[in-house]
Amino acid sequence: MSEELVEEKMMPATPAPVPARAPASRRWVSLVVTLISFVLAFVTGAIVMVVADPEVLGKFAYFFNAPGDALGASWDKISTAYSALLRGSVGSWLAITETTAQAAPLICAGLGVALAFRAGLFNIGAQGQAIWGAIFGAWIGFTIKGLPWFIHIPIALALAMVFGALWGAIAGFLKAKTGAHEVIVTIMLNYIALYMLQFLLTTPMLQQPGRSDPISSVVEFSATMPRLAGTRLTLGFFIALAAAVAVWWLLERTTLGFRIRAVGLNPHAAATAGMSVSRTTIVAMAIAGSLAGLAGAQAVLTPTLLTGFPTQLSLGIVGTVGFDAITVALLGRSRPLGVVLAGLLFGALKAGGLTMAAEAQTPSDLTNLIQALIVLFVAAPAFVLWLVPGLREKRPGADITAKAATA
Amino acid sequence: MSTATHEVASQAPEVLHLDGITKRFGSLTANDSITLGLVPGRIHCLLGENGAGKSTLMNILFGLLRADEGTISVGGNVLHLENPKQAMAAGIGMVHQHFMLIPVFTVAENMVLGREPGRFGKLDLNGARKLVRQLSDRYRLDVDPDALVEDLPVGIQQRVEILKALANDARYLIFDEPTAVLTPQEIDELMVVMRTLRDEGRAICFITHKLREVVAVADDITVIRRGKVVGEATPDASEGDLAELMVGRAVNLTVDKAPPTLGKERLVLTDFTVANAAGTIVVDHLNLTVSGGEIVCIAGVQGNGQTELAEALLGTMAVIHGTAILDGVDVTHMPPKKTIEAGLGFVPEDRQRDGFVGDFSIAENLVLNRTTSFSSVGNLDLGRIRSNADERIEEFDIRTSSQSQPVRSLSGGNQQKVVLARELSRPLSLLVANQPTRGVDVGAIEFLHNRIVKERDRDTAVLIVSTELEEVESLADRIAVMYRGRIVGVVEPDTPRDVLGLMMAGVPFEEAARSVEKSRTEHADV
Ligand SMILES: Nc1ncnc2c1ncn2[C@@H]1O[C@H](COP(=O)(O)OP(=O)(O)OP(=O)(O)O)[C@@H](O)[C@H]1O
Ligand SMILES: [Mg+2]
Repeated sequence: MSEELVEEKMMPATPAPVPARAPASRRWVSLVVTLISFVLAFVTGAIVMVVADPEVLGKFAYFFNAPGDALGASWDKISTAYSALLRGSVGSWLAITETTAQAAPLICAGLGVALAFRAGLFNIGAQGQAIWGAIFGAWIGFTIKGLPWFIHIPIALALAMVFGALWGAIAGFLKAKTGAHEVIVTIMLNYIALYMLQFLLTTPMLQQPGRSDPISSVVEFSATMPRLAGTRLTLGFFIALAAAVAVWWLLERTTLGFRIRAVGLNPHAAATAGMSVSRTTIVAMAIAGSLAGLAGAQAVLTPTLLTGFPTQLSLGIVGTVGFDAITVALLGRSRPLGVVLAGLLFGALKAGGLTMAAEAQTPSDLTNLIQALIVLFVAAPAFVLWLVPGLREKRPGADITAKAATA
Repeated sequence: MSTATHEVASQAPEVLHLDGITKRFGSLTANDSITLGLVPGRIHCLLGENGAGKSTLMNILFGLLRADEGTISVGGNVLHLENPKQAMAAGIGMVHQHFMLIPVFTVAENMVLGREPGRFGKLDLNGARKLVRQLSDRYRLDVDPDALVEDLPVGIQQRVEILKALANDARYLIFDEPTAVLTPQEIDELMVVMRTLRDEGRAICFITHKLREVVAVADDITVIRRGKVVGEATPDASEGDLAELMVGRAVNLTVDKAPPTLGKERLVLTDFTVANAAGTIVVDHLNLTVSGGEIVCIAGVQGNGQTELAEALLGTMAVIHGTAILDGVDVTHMPPKKTIEAGLGFVPEDRQRDGFVGDFSIAENLVLNRTTSFSSVGNLDLGRIRSNADERIEEFDIRTSSQSQPVRSLSGGNQQKVVLARELSRPLSLLVANQPTRGVDVGAIEFLHNRIVKERDRDTAVLIVSTELEEVESLADRIAVMYRGRIVGVVEPDTPRDVLGLMMAGVPFEEAARSVEKSRTEHADV
């Protein structure tokens, strides 16, 4: 077992889900664990692929007569699928930019979840916060007309962030003032946001005139993120990167970030040091909500991938970005750089997953499965270390002890 | 492994040898080839400065850390201790300074944790209850098996830890600073228990910074400095000799201080009343005045409202009646942020919980409550935070490999120094310090006491809460004795201990003095 893990047992448990900056040896182990998790997830994905394909599976019926048949078919299946995945995500300039387009909202919402984590809060509510962001992003996007894009987009984003922040702050306020658990509150607020969207899409505020289904007018061109010609790289991706830098700066360089981290790690000491735990909770949730709101706005302000035309607000517009954000934040260890990398990875899986499903006829949920498995393995390092016992022996110090003990 | 264990268990008790133990944390060598023997039937005291490596060595012995070099053996059998379970199987038990009990479990439930005595995976709680009763009868460690651990005072929680070790029939018992959190009475009781265990033929390794306790119970004494064994001593050594061996220079065990030059009244408490979360009144219409330039010590048995008084002054507990005036300003209901701004320095009783953020670096913890003065327009001034850390580490002799080390991995005494360094390094109008030198070595106590006196001489009002009578006597200009949330009386620092003792049980000064006088004359007559 790792030295530091042992050390931790001696300390009173802190509620914080985020460890402090780990010492070098532990960081190394966690990197290896992450890599192994990827491998394991893709191996499991491959097995599922084979099992889910009746044709390939059929060949296993006479496996012992002609093993080459079954293995060959499996290999074909797997290699077609994964090469499609690769091609669709990083195989070409277009694919790469597609990955960035998929990653942008994941990064924004992931930052929101990560920031709340750092304050010791489990923000399950990114989905609801994103929905409000989408509602107001779209509303500004199609009601205001005749503005240049560099004014129209900032206004739409700002309003989306304000409403995302409000939705987050409600959860923070309830937690701070009544002690209601933020997990329960944010889950419920997700439902409320979803039903509010459903309702508002049937009111004149959002519903496209003349339509009877829940859909809004199309966002103006001036509110649609400019896109690099011939690619899918939009302004949204740069906004996501800027948000990551801003969150990093906030956490590491500002007094507010200092308070957020202190409250997240030890609220008692933070209170004794004169920090207001409840105010910090509310502020952290508000900022988290604004980031998720930004993700929601991205969903409605990004042009449609294929055509490049503006999109419109519909019930499913934000997809599951708020829930994917939780996995992104977990995989990114709640650090901005980690969130960017995890967001890119999941963006690549999303982008490549489309190609894979099209070319290799894999189940459409396969990428979600792989994504979930990665996070599962990463979240259970002990399991991975158990699977790969060699890793434990290679730890510095351990072998010296073993030698000394046998000497 | 298991065969070795059985041999240990079946043979006559044998000496446990630690041989050439070396442990490095990065560039720091916490244990430098330490060799030590724990002999059954003897109490072995481990002495050393803060950060000398005592806890590290004991954590290695208990399987919590792994040595880089060296062996642990019993009667020639090398023990491979990779985790506490193996250590317990080898007959080693440890009573930690920071208890490893589960607060929401009962005593009996805590006893069965990790022991799984039942069949078919069923917990044998009745058996555990019986075991608790048996052991507590045998060692006169009175504990209710059905009490929730979180409801128990620290002294009793520690008994549970001891019982846990005894339930495993530990032959080698490690006590890492068990007395730091105990009241004087509890310490006396613990000493009795330790002697009983020794006389049963168990080997005890006892770590403490209180030399009086060393002199009282030690059979063997080993002194460690900066990871190395620097000497051994016999129990007839004087406290001064031990201190010198430990620190490497002569230590002045008493505080030199001039009589106070009283300034104006700075802190005035009138009918100050505090209720805890359950609504019980814990500080009861308390009246007290502290002037600039004096040290008032609150003496009393732990749990008589001292901690709550301190916390209410800071603002983390609600004052339900009365007022607190600091420098003419009503601070009664101010939140901590405001009282800190008003010049209150605060050293909490429980440093792990309230004093620092364990995962923050030393540098960050040194500015924990002063980020505003280490920032401009909301941005942290990292340069000044770093230079401040360098200065404080130097000034307070905080033993660390780097200022970016998380405070959690510092030794206990050095953690305390971080808290004190932070609080004593800004202009204060009032210093409220609860057990300021808990877990700190004699050399550092000398320094810290002098710093507190220096703070007094800057015309700061100083209020010290301490259950350590020695500390109270050496620091106080006046002693306020607290009992059940009230001040029983304010007396001179040279008041005899037996009078203080009676006052701490609620007897007013005159009466206490009279009855002590009377018993003295009676004894004289006999
Ligand atoms: N996990 C760790 N990482 C880095 N350094 C550590 C770690 N644990 C302990 N140290 C360092 O090892 C040294 C010895 O610490 P240890 O806790 O053994 O001291 P100690 O003798 O018990 O002191 P005290 O009397 O203050 O409790 C200290 O300098 C401490 O900072
Ligand atoms: Mg220690």
